[in-house]
Amino acid sequence: MANVLILGIGNVLWADEGFGVRCVEHLAQIRSFGPEVTLLDGGTQGLYLLPFLEEADRLVVFDAVDYGLPPGTLKIVEGDEVPAFMGAKKMSLHQTGFQDVIATAQLMGYCPETLLLVGCQPEELEDYGGGLRDVVAAQIAPAVQIALDRLAGWGVEAREGQADTSLLADRSILRDTYEAGRPSAEEACRTGDARFFPVTE
Amino acid sequence: MNTTPNGFDLDNSGRRIVVDPVTRIEGHMRCEVNVDDDGIIRNAVSTGTMWRGLEVILKGRDPRDAWAFTERICGVCTGTHALTSVRAVEDALGITIPDNANSIRNMMQLNLQIHDHIVHFYHLHALDWVNPVNALKADPKATSELQQAVSPSHPMSSPGYFRDVQNRLKKFVESGQLGLFKNGYWDNPAYLLPPEADLMATTHYLEALDLQKEIVKVHTIFGGKNPHPNWLVGGVPCPINVDGVGSVGAINMERLNMVSSIIDKCIEFNKNVYLPDVKAIGGFYKNWLYGGGLSSQACLAYGDIPEHPNDFSAEQLHLPRGAIINGDLSQVHDVDPRDPEQVQEYVDHSWYTYGKPGQGLHPWDGVTEPKYELGPNTKGTKTDIKELDEAAKYSWIKAPRWKGHAMEVGPLARYVVGYAKGHEDIKDQVDGLLRDMNLPLEAVFSTLGRTAARALESEYCGRLQKHFFDKLVQNIKNGDSSTANVEKWDPSTWPKEAKGVGMTEAPRGALGHWIKIKDGRIENYQCVVPTTWNGSPRDTAGNIGAFEASLMNTKMERPDEPVEILRTLHSFDPCLACSTHVMSPDGDELTTVKVR
Repeated sequence: MANVLILGIGNVLWADEGFGVRCVEHLAQIRSFGPEVTLLDGGTQGLYLLPFLEEADRLVVFDAVDYGLPPGTLKIVEGDEVPAFMGAKKMSLHQTGFQDVIATAQLMGYCPETLLLVGCQPEELEDYGGGLRDVVAAQIAPAVQIALDRLAGWGVEAREGQADTSLLADRSILRDTYEAGRPSAEEACRTGDARFFPVTE
Repeated sequence: MNTTPNGFDLDNSGRRIVVDPVTRIEGHMRCEVNVDDDGIIRNAVSTGTMWRGLEVILKGRDPRDAWAFTERICGVCTGTHALTSVRAVEDALGITIPDNANSIRNMMQLNLQIHDHIVHFYHLHALDWVNPVNALKADPKATSELQQAVSPSHPMSSPGYFRDVQNRLKKFVESGQLGLFKNGYWDNPAYLLPPEADLMATTHYLEALDLQKEIVKVHTIFGGKNPHPNWLVGGVPCPINVDGVGSVGAINMERLNMVSSIIDKCIEFNKNVYLPDVKAIGGFYKNWLYGGGLSSQACLAYGDIPEHPNDFSAEQLHLPRGAIINGDLSQVHDVDPRDPEQVQEYVDHSWYTYGKPGQGLHPWDGVTEPKYELGPNTKGTKTDIKELDEAAKYSWIKAPRWKGHAMEVGPLARYVVGYAKGHEDIKDQVDGLLRDMNLPLEAVFSTLGRTAARALESEYCGRLQKHFFDKLVQNIKNGDSSTANVEKWDPSTWPKEAKGVGMTEAPRGALGHWIKIKDGRIENYQCVVPTTWNGSPRDTAGNIGAFEASLMNTKMERPDEPVEILRTLHSFDPCLACSTHVMSPDGDELTTVKVR
């Protein structure tokens, strides 16, 4: 049986940047899998992900990726196009951008054979401490469904239920807790450098 | 021209060179220098171009959860922030941790140091000295001879092995995926290695990649998961059950054996590859002794790796604590992060405001209120700065000072403090290296000294990791399997108000989290991170920060190719993600270099 890694990457502290992590979180709440499937919150990490890529034959990645489409648009990228595509824009502060992780895995000869990226165009990134915008949050279920359809096509069984969450985020930063516990705008300043923040004046 | 209180002659009349962003680092940073007619840097300005706001998003959260947030602010020192955070909360609430938790936390921290140092040297910094394109021209047989000369005990040294690697590199480069090696200035005369040394080092770039993915498994074993391992206020979240087989999450003999084998691999790599490489590569650059900056005059270390749990007194920390000021190595000052007169942050040149100018605030009373304004001599606009005005506010990084002094932190600072204190292991290592390389002590205060200190520290941390592994196993054998103290887990046991500080030595230097708790919730949270110290802008008195100082008086071979600037800045292993936040909206990683 081929090993499948389902990976969400991005920084949950930066609004829509957290899309990928939230997708895996949602998937874990609605489906359970056999031991050949690993669900992983890749967070802000780069090279730390290599051991997981090495063990996977197929890789599904959820991430917020900017390709200049209307916010909330989903984009599916496959195979050889994944690294090139992710290299087009570096969206996050992962020390090694994910395209570098893939390039490194290829250089070392342990890149998964099958790659699928389910990306979403973010609406807002420059809101430190903020959660997903509505238009992006609304794409979690459709994005997860795309991955489930693909998994079914690969013959991977997904049952109703809940998946192993041991490789997902701590409960304190799961989406509901994280977004509900945000301090108010008076307590936590939400504006800053005009080059990065919306101008408020 | 003017002279700063910390002794640097600044002259901003020459050509201005802007490097933005500085690549192969975590986060977003910009650097501007003025060079004179001979290409020598006479003024340096370093700035974090992103706003920092971690503190404000923690307000009102449960202090027991702070580690999970702080772990996300950065892509590299995740565990270190988490450890600092749980220490701050434990300090505030008077929570003690069991002996096993101390050993496991130390192993995780040391493991991260080693991982970070190796990855930094081979994957972020080596390309400042090593030219992978030149490696394609090397003779594999000569490379093999070089390898055997610099490290006779490293088994991977046959001509066939280097030929295979060279072919693999060729294939990779020919497939157009230079990705990892892009943005290099590969024909710059600043690169001095012969092709054989380039091939040897590039080969170890690959060996280090293989090793690093093994090293991080220690975090998975003790932290339950990786990346972003789990932490716990009061101890560590992994139970110990040595007789258990395959039980989920628990530490059993099988897992301990795996940890032990990873520790041995680290020790071997440091001995056979990392240290010999630093000596061999350093040997070709012996005359390039720029970049000392503040290291010979002002160094700060909080110290870390306590031998005993709950005891942070300086004499029982394996990584040293202390401060050196005014270049006087005969006196190492005590450091107390609680003292309101010692660590203070200034914002006169930072895009924040405290209400009145010239004020320094201790982190417990810290304020993070942004105020973005540019000085009258800025060139460009608020959204597109061409040249900063360093006489005014010019950075999103605050300026922390120790008793008013700008300080360098990091592996070199730790080693200078340790050496000055007569720390036996550190002194032996430093003296041995200088003897092997036939260099005087002054050579330590340089870019290469910083790079060498990191390698020595990686070696030392490997030995310490083994020490704490043995200690853990012995303690378990003695019947103690406790890993957490949950006596004060319930907030009803806490005082109404409390404050605490957590300290660690992150791979890139002294890290502190200061917390104030009120009614069971976080009232104030301030992080003073290593890159805030090193990358700080000028302060009220005009002292320049460590990055700025380190660039001064460096000769650039080609001012439009900032190899020398990158070399020295990279030697600090800068991490701007937690000192600032949010990257350029276009996400463009290509460095633009402008010469005016």
